[in-house]
Amino acid sequence: MTDLAGSYDVLVAGGGNAALCAAIAAREAGASVLLVEHAPRAFRGGNSRHTRNFRVMHAAPTATLTEAYAEDEYWDDLRRVTGGETDEALARLTIRSSAPALAWMAGRGVRFQPSLTGTLSLSRTNAFFLGGGKALLNAYYRVAERLGVVIRYDAEVRDVRLRDGVAESVEVESDGEITTLRTKAVVVAAGGFQANIEWLKQYWGAAADNFLIRGTPYAKGRVLRNLLDQGAMPVGDPTQCHAVAIDARAPKFDGGIVTRLDAIPFSIVVNRDARRFYDEGEDLWPKRYAIWGRLIAQQPSQIAYAITDAKALTLFMPSMYPAITAATIDELAGKLALDGAALGETLRTYNATVRPGRFNDKILDDCRTDGLAPAKSHWAQRIDTPPYIAYPLRPGITFTYLGVKVDDGARVVMRNGERAENLFAAGEIMAGNILGRGYLAGFGMTIGTVFGRIAGAEAAKHARH
Amino acid sequence: MRATDTVVEARRVMEICNACRYCEGYCAVFPAMELRREFSNADLSYLANLCHDCRGCSYACQYAPPHEFNLNLPRTFAELRAETYREYAWPGPLAALFRRNGVVVSLVVALALAVVLLLTTGLQKPSVIYGLHAGAGAFYAVIPLGLMIAVGLVTFGYALLALAVGYRRFWRDTAAELKHAAGWRAWRRALGDAAALRNLAGGGFGCNDRDESFSTTRRWLHHAIFYGFVSCFAATCVATVYHHVLGWIAPYPLLSVPVVLGMLGGMGLLIGTVGLLILKIVRDPAPGAREVLGADVALLVQLALVAATGLLLLALRDSAAMGALLAVHLGFVLALFLVLPYGKFVHGVYRLGALVHYAAETAPVRSGERVIE
Ligand SMILES: Cc1cc2nc3c(=O)[nH]c(=O)nc-3n(C[C@H](O)[C@H](O)[C@H](O)COP(=O)(O)OP(=O)(O)OC[C@H]3O[C@@H](n4cnc5c(N)ncnc54)[C@H](O)[C@@H]3O)c2cc1C
Ligand code: SF4
Ligand code: SF4
Repeated sequence: MTDLAGSYDVLVAGGGNAALCAAIAAREAGASVLLVEHAPRAFRGGNSRHTRNFRVMHAAPTATLTEAYAEDEYWDDLRRVTGGETDEALARLTIRSSAPALAWMAGRGVRFQPSLTGTLSLSRTNAFFLGGGKALLNAYYRVAERLGVVIRYDAEVRDVRLRDGVAESVEVESDGEITTLRTKAVVVAAGGFQANIEWLKQYWGAAADNFLIRGTPYAKGRVLRNLLDQGAMPVGDPTQCHAVAIDARAPKFDGGIVTRLDAIPFSIVVNRDARRFYDEGEDLWPKRYAIWGRLIAQQPSQIAYAITDAKALTLFMPSMYPAITAATIDELAGKLALDGAALGETLRTYNATVRPGRFNDKILDDCRTDGLAPAKSHWAQRIDTPPYIAYPLRPGITFTYLGVKVDDGARVVMRNGERAENLFAAGEIMAGNILGRGYLAGFGMTIGTVFGRIAGAEAAKHARH
Repeated sequence: MRATDTVVEARRVMEICNACRYCEGYCAVFPAMELRREFSNADLSYLANLCHDCRGCSYACQYAPPHEFNLNLPRTFAELRAETYREYAWPGPLAALFRRNGVVVSLVVALALAVVLLLTTGLQKPSVIYGLHAGAGAFYAVIPLGLMIAVGLVTFGYALLALAVGYRRFWRDTAAELKHAAGWRAWRRALGDAAALRNLAGGGFGCNDRDESFSTTRRWLHHAIFYGFVSCFAATCVATVYHHVLGWIAPYPLLSVPVVLGMLGGMGLLIGTVGLLILKIVRDPAPGAREVLGADVALLVQLALVAATGLLLLALRDSAAMGALLAVHLGFVLALFLVLPYGKFVHGVYRLGALVHYAAETAPVRSGERVIE
């Protein structure tokens, strides 16, 4: 077991992408580094272990990316999804730094999939990790170990004691023992607080009990709360989280990507009372998938059912759970414990309002309902071909937006506007600076990588002076 | 229809992987999987034999145990492969030999060795066995050429026949619904993939031989065995031509084609098999299937013994030990031929079938659909 009593220049709180990037960068800059990860080794890596790509600016095609993705286009994309809730200077810094990050990562053992051609692929904007986020983390942990970063699993950072903007000591609990450590600099990279149901209840009430957390159960926000309580400046909407519709049969935590369900545009979605509540065909799915978590969270008992028929079965990516099937709507209602008469009525009304059109799942087609409230604007087809199929849905929480404010050196900024001297933040815990709301595919890992590197380098610089 | 626990588990695993697809860059299994939404028993047989057991997907998997999804694709597929070897074995009743294969192989080796030694000592005078032989026909003074050829042809011929029937059974089962016939293009690509062991390359960066780190050791060791085997086979063929066409009688000089080929082949086999045996001992056991270890080790040891005795025979062919060594070497060769269709060797046959299938159903470059965040 690693000796916590040793003295280190830099302590990194967390064990995901941002933490590893920070630890490696600090160690390469000559600092001695202790990385404290709350999870046991088998579950190391936080939400990062569930990822598969990151978004990279690039001027010309590379082995892993097609065409080009310039700074301004990247910035436009970001401004659009955040509705302006971003910090342009930090955002542009992140975007620009994403380009050299690719080589930095490759130099530390991360492998990428060759770029794929094809209409649906995101090979232009996003580089895909070979084997996904866990393979990336395996590579980083190996490099960190080889460089001499000391890694401590099963250890929770409880308190980063601040006095006048200086992190004086760090309290770590491991094996029921509490140790107080003094280090010259601290990097907090402990993720969001989405796994802290009690905290989520502050904003969502009892509904939060029915949320499923897609990633690590260790993202409880303990460090975030601790820093905010000591006067760190908050950023990002505390009440919001990124939430998608996932299969209700998914586990409470760590179900990851395979529980996501993309059947909604080709279904109708009803609530516990067998009523529809939102336009399932409002826009192309990649632009809408992230609103459905919240929509379902607002329904009674936070449950919903996507219902469709045999025609739709092959239109969406399979999820790990089989469809619930039935020969009749009544039978289906029975299997879902819904009121058969109500479901029958909802379907009859829906079917009666479906206009004829030319179905095309790749574009905003002209298959829509007429006179239905709420309408289904695209991909509306009559649901009339047995077997009928259904998937139960619950809100699946990806991450929370609340974080601590940082400057362009990843230094934590206090409420009084001063910068903490030796306290740095990276990853989800500060993502709200740049991503105040909304989401861009692959941007979470970009923020973590860029700010992890900055935080590590700056922490090492501070410690060695 | 088989519905063993392993088949059920393999289906569960494929359904999870198909919703995830993070590993699609590692090997052919994932692109093949992405062509399907449902996995019949035949699909699973095909996919399991397409897996080269590089273990890349095991270390990369966020659902590996102790995660509650408890996903271990390499192990599940290794167990399923073992079942398919039994399913397609010919004749059917001999499939039982795949169970406790390590023991079966050991017994066959012991028996074959005993028979050859007993026959040699029973039929030949000690002065012949332990005498010095030199010049053309030295080997055949100890064991008559006709006998050698007859036994070799019958046993090897039988092995080839049994393997071919196995291949046909596999193909009929797994490729029944193949849309395009497997033409020469598919064969060419499959043979190329097999010759390069492309799917043991972990998407180009090596496989997880021992642990989380990538390495190409296993691939090179397997190459050593495969090309060693081919080289030994070629040596035999050349020698046959020498003997029957050119009338040159063995033993051949050290720098002759058959001896050089045999020597290189033997060394390849020896290095490869010993290397793989060592890897099996030092590697992380988690992604492996314990049930198949016996058969794996049995084949490796057999090949190592054949190679070692062959090389020793070459080194000592001018000494009095030649006669006994020849008998021992041929005993090991005989045992190898006898169990060829009922041991780990069959993996090459079915894997080739799976590669042909894969080549026929996919274009060389294709793109998968991806869920992204
Ligand atoms: C299913 C899924 C798929 C995703 N796919 C992508 C994708 O493809 N691309 C992308 O860019 N983003 C993706 N994301 C978002 C992405 O996961 C995050 O943006 C990113 O991983 C954040 O990295 P991080 O290092 O800040 O946090 P995490 O990776 O969550 O790491 C936080 C770490 O801190 C540790 N920790 C927490 N509290 C403490 C404490 N008190 N003491 C010590 N350690 C502590 C945790 O154990 C964990 O190791 C996905 C998210 C999910 C859930
Ligand atoms: S990460 Fe796991 S579930 Fe996903 S494709 Fe790889 S082995 Fe399958
Ligand atoms: S070849 Fe390797 S990556 Fe592919 S399925 Fe087998 S173990 Fe997994």
